[in-house]
Amino acid sequence: MSTAQTAAPKKRLTTSAMIASIAAPGQRTAPAPFGNALVELARSRPEIVGLTADLAKYTDLHVFAQAFPDRFYQMGMAEQLLMMAAAGLAREGAMPFVTTYAVFATRRAYDFICMAIAEEKLNVKIVCALPGLTSGYGPSHQATEDIAIFRGMPNLTIIDPADALEIGQAVPAIAAHDGPVYMRLLRGHVPLVLDEYGYKFEIGKAKSLRPGNDVLVISTGLATMRALQAAEMLEKDRIGVEVLHAATIKPLDLDTIIAATGKGGRLVVVAENHTVIGGLGEAVAAGLLRAGIAPKFRQIGLPDEFLAAGALPTLHDRYGISAEAMVRQIKGWL
Amino acid sequence: MSSAMLDKTSAARRDGFPYAGSNVSLRERAYRIRRHALRMGEVQGQGYIAQALGIADVLAVSYFRALRYRPDDVHWEERDRFLLSIGHYAIALYAALIEARILPESEIETYGTDGSRLPMSGMAAYTPGMEITGGSLGHGVGIAVGMALGLKRKKSDAFVYTLFSDGELNEGSIWEGIMGATHWQLDNLIGIVDVNDQQADGPSSAMSSREPLHERFRAFGWHTQRVDGNDIDAVAAAFDAARAAKIAAPRIVICDTQMAKGIPFLETRERNHFLRVEPEEWQQAIALLDETFSGKTL
Repeated sequence: MSTAQTAAPKKRLTTSAMIASIAAPGQRTAPAPFGNALVELARSRPEIVGLTADLAKYTDLHVFAQAFPDRFYQMGMAEQLLMMAAAGLAREGAMPFVTTYAVFATRRAYDFICMAIAEEKLNVKIVCALPGLTSGYGPSHQATEDIAIFRGMPNLTIIDPADALEIGQAVPAIAAHDGPVYMRLLRGHVPLVLDEYGYKFEIGKAKSLRPGNDVLVISTGLATMRALQAAEMLEKDRIGVEVLHAATIKPLDLDTIIAATGKGGRLVVVAENHTVIGGLGEAVAAGLLRAGIAPKFRQIGLPDEFLAAGALPTLHDRYGISAEAMVRQIKGWL
Repeated sequence: MSSAMLDKTSAARRDGFPYAGSNVSLRERAYRIRRHALRMGEVQGQGYIAQALGIADVLAVSYFRALRYRPDDVHWEERDRFLLSIGHYAIALYAALIEARILPESEIETYGTDGSRLPMSGMAAYTPGMEITGGSLGHGVGIAVGMALGLKRKKSDAFVYTLFSDGELNEGSIWEGIMGATHWQLDNLIGIVDVNDQQADGPSSAMSSREPLHERFRAFGWHTQRVDGNDIDAVAAAFDAARAAKIAAPRIVICDTQMAKGIPFLETRERNHFLRVEPEEWQQAIALLDETFSGKTL
């Protein structure tokens, strides 16, 4: 601690709450888009129930719990029971929306999602906060490999929404989908971005958000928001960037991705809030290779290591998924 | 059992209790379940046959006294659910489902073969009457919690039974389920633990401090009974009491069973978790079972 009386201490960024906001200062946001969309949907869908493992407040499920207390099941800090009970409720005709953190669903409850839910194609929607790097608490709370873990699970649909608009649209869409779904969740005051792009979420569809002649960025989740910011910044340097948003990681919309990749000799960059191992980047790479397409290809994603604790803006910049870091990387590759 | 015998009693059957009033004894049902299981074992030459022989009495009570179901409509909404957490015991449940005429006896010879509806480890998608995919172990109680909650949502008075094993008590997920069932006061959930003291690497008691099981379940808030799982009258009484108990809590029937019960030369094999039986021994075992049963009933 500084004892100097004269010099004003330099303000250091702090880790802040467990779930630090990913909204930039001044950015438009919407509150609890998942919880509010679920409440809205549940009014006309009595089979919807909510379950959590001591994380209602941190997954925006508390909004549902307040609206429908007799349709809400607090299972305590027991993620295995959480998934098994959801399986049992689904067997009896309910449609469980299950929330926890992505680290716990993947690392603690995998077998129960795999064998009790996915193998039996049960209609359970698993919605998890803290995907990728969205907490400064370190590896115990950073699900940097959740997509890699779940991509290998048959029957499971995987969705990584980019903003509040998309979360709100995804809730009824995944309810209409017959089968298990894993959705990454941004919670709290979530940035609102895609409304400016006339975007409409559809399961299994990648959609182009802006055109660009020099670079094709294929992105998902919050990396799409950052890619859009990076594209604006690069445009000032006369670098044209198309952003193709693939919210559904599985099944992946390879037709659209292949069609976009085939347009001209653009640099292809896949950007994701996830380790570069086993996520969207490798899924796209494998799909392109199988189709006989080999563009200049680069990945923006988290490194294959346990990440540091700290303030989220610092970490996003350090590990390459801030807008500024994306700009630096893309310029370096051109 | 002849079909004529069934027809004579059909008037006495209540909906969901197809064998109520049948003059086939539970003891005979258990004998026939063992016999079906041995015949399936013979198809493979090996398997979880000791568990099947050990749990046959419990299954006879389950399917011919306790459970409500319709043999020709396994998805009947009002049925009692029976969850086989120990997927390895599929051979035993198939034998019971055959005896209950949910599965045809002719499928015995397909057991564990390509394309069969009777795979070695139980899976819901394969077999009518197999409610869940067990076998990973540690799933039955938790899924039963969800189903019991789901039944209460629907205001159903059906019960959820879940059969798991003392070996499975090694799994932490079982205890998450046990606590959840207590918390939600699931008086429509009946657990059955098969305590046969065997698992893959040896005696369960040598691997984990299982006991005192009765006290443990009581301490967790369950309506608890412990019986000799091969004493068919005791098992029947315990199941009756479990259903009838006026207490807002889940119920457990701890059943101490003898591995390979009824076939002395298999009972005494030290490591009988996965039995390999010589080809000529299967017919010896079936003959022994037949002799023992007819001796008791004459």
